[in-house]
Amino acid sequence: MANPLKCDFCSKPATVHLTKIVSNKVHKVDLCEECAQAKGVTDPSGFSLTDLLLTTALTPESATSSAKCEQCGFTQADFKKQGRFGCPACYDTFKGMLDPLLDNMHKGITHTGKVPRVALERKSLYDRLTKLELNLTDAVKSERYEEAARYRDEINQVKQAFSEKPAR
Amino acid sequence: MTINSLIDTPCELTDSASNKTAIVLMTRVRLARNLAGKSFPGWAGKAERASLLETCRQAVAATPQMKRALNVAVDELTDLERQILVERHLISRELSGSKGGGGVVISKDQTFSVMINEEDHLRIQVLRAGFQLKKAWNAINDFDTGLEEQLDYAFSPTLGYLTACPTNLGTGMRASAMMHLPALVIAGQMEKVVRAVNQLGMVVRGLFGEGSDASGSIFQISNQTTLGEAEEEIIKRLGSVLNSIVEHELNARAKLMETDARKLFDKIGRAYGILQNSHLLSSGEAMNLLSLLRFGADLGVFPDTNRAVIDRLFIEAQPGHLQHAQKGEFEPTERDLLRAARLRTEFANFPRPNFIINGQN
Ligand SMILES: [Zn+2]
Ligand SMILES: [Zn+2]
Repeated sequence: MANPLKCDFCSKPATVHLTKIVSNKVHKVDLCEECAQAKGVTDPSGFSLTDLLLTTALTPESATSSAKCEQCGFTQADFKKQGRFGCPACYDTFKGMLDPLLDNMHKGITHTGKVPRVALERKSLYDRLTKLELNLTDAVKSERYEEAARYRDEINQVKQAFSEKPAR
Repeated sequence: MTINSLIDTPCELTDSASNKTAIVLMTRVRLARNLAGKSFPGWAGKAERASLLETCRQAVAATPQMKRALNVAVDELTDLERQILVERHLISRELSGSKGGGGVVISKDQTFSVMINEEDHLRIQVLRAGFQLKKAWNAINDFDTGLEEQLDYAFSPTLGYLTACPTNLGTGMRASAMMHLPALVIAGQMEKVVRAVNQLGMVVRGLFGEGSDASGSIFQISNQTTLGEAEEEIIKRLGSVLNSIVEHELNARAKLMETDARKLFDKIGRAYGILQNSHLLSSGEAMNLLSLLRFGADLGVFPDTNRAVIDRLFIEAQPGHLQHAQKGEFEPTERDLLRAARLRTEFANFPRPNFIINGQN
């Protein structure tokens, strides 16, 4: 006989086997009696298989990364505890861990919906402004005044565009 | 607008005027949004939460949809007021129990509400009576676009709107409908429906009570996934699932009338009797009785015009509303007394059931 399936959480023999099909992908979770109880699996509508898939993907074995979000100080251990991220930048920090997870969780792994155009335009203007201001400082410092004058004009243009899109 | 005037304005969650939407009581679309460069509420410190609350409240209140809205921090609300907002689906239990820095802005007509510092910085919601998925999406899409003029959303071109929990990533959208499915429940077919709907990537849960409790035969059906599909596609897919559930419910009703009409009439007649005469009613039992009367109205046992009363009582027989009407806080047993008294009064002059439908009796 083949090896009996082990519980995804504690490695005891699994007696509860769950299968769920999300967008034509089959997801399986195997649990021992105790863990099934503890995760509320016995109450069919009271638990979400997505949450379960989320935590199984993050059991100690797979949580090897010691990465820490530079923006907010969040670690992978924190994610395991909370099932939530610390800040938007965490999505970059924990990309490696996240990608297989998303594939299980969602219909696809790429956003195809709405885009916040106004906010993005504003951000790109802001980034451009920051860069121009740096260039200006540089140019002035090294006495390249002709260049500096050009940067100043550009900065004024960008600022003009900004004032037409009132930012917060 | 103050919390008191909002509470005293009854919310029309259901569109009783239209018989066609009797099965779908209400449609709701919710968007999760966060501000770029800020910690999510669950990870942000106290001071950051406070400043996020201020920023979001100001921006939300400045939208035309929120003219003369209720705009409060959760801390400013009493327990009872929070409970009433939960019962009206205007805030979540999570926000109601949150530990500071939470806020909510609710439009005057209670169709728009924005929770601040719940799991995400912003949880925008639109409620529409009846089966109105597309209208609800259009309304919330406009609102969101307006808000984006003032707030820098956390957004990634590949992952979409960035949310605290990766299960909401992408569109950040959860669209749902509240459905009254008494015949599928009576016929014991709900489990089958839940399974089928799950396979289509949608989630079903009971509305009243915690989690699995489906008293009142009212269920909420929503999309499970948020990434990899545009909002309109999700809405379209959910819409067709809802249509097919409506069809199944109608078939189950026809079948019950064909094979078990007497048993069904017996249930409805008893429910009518209990609502008129009982002295102790738990919330769960009341929901089930109201559900049977609503089913009766759909079948023509009661005049169609009386469905509005039943729909209103689905909300007003909830513990928070009940206690507010009685101006006090009461123990669960006292509440059951109060609930029964309230329903006796409401149903004292309700028309008697007329069981002669299409020649059957
Ligand atoms: Zn186990
Ligand atoms: Zn972070």
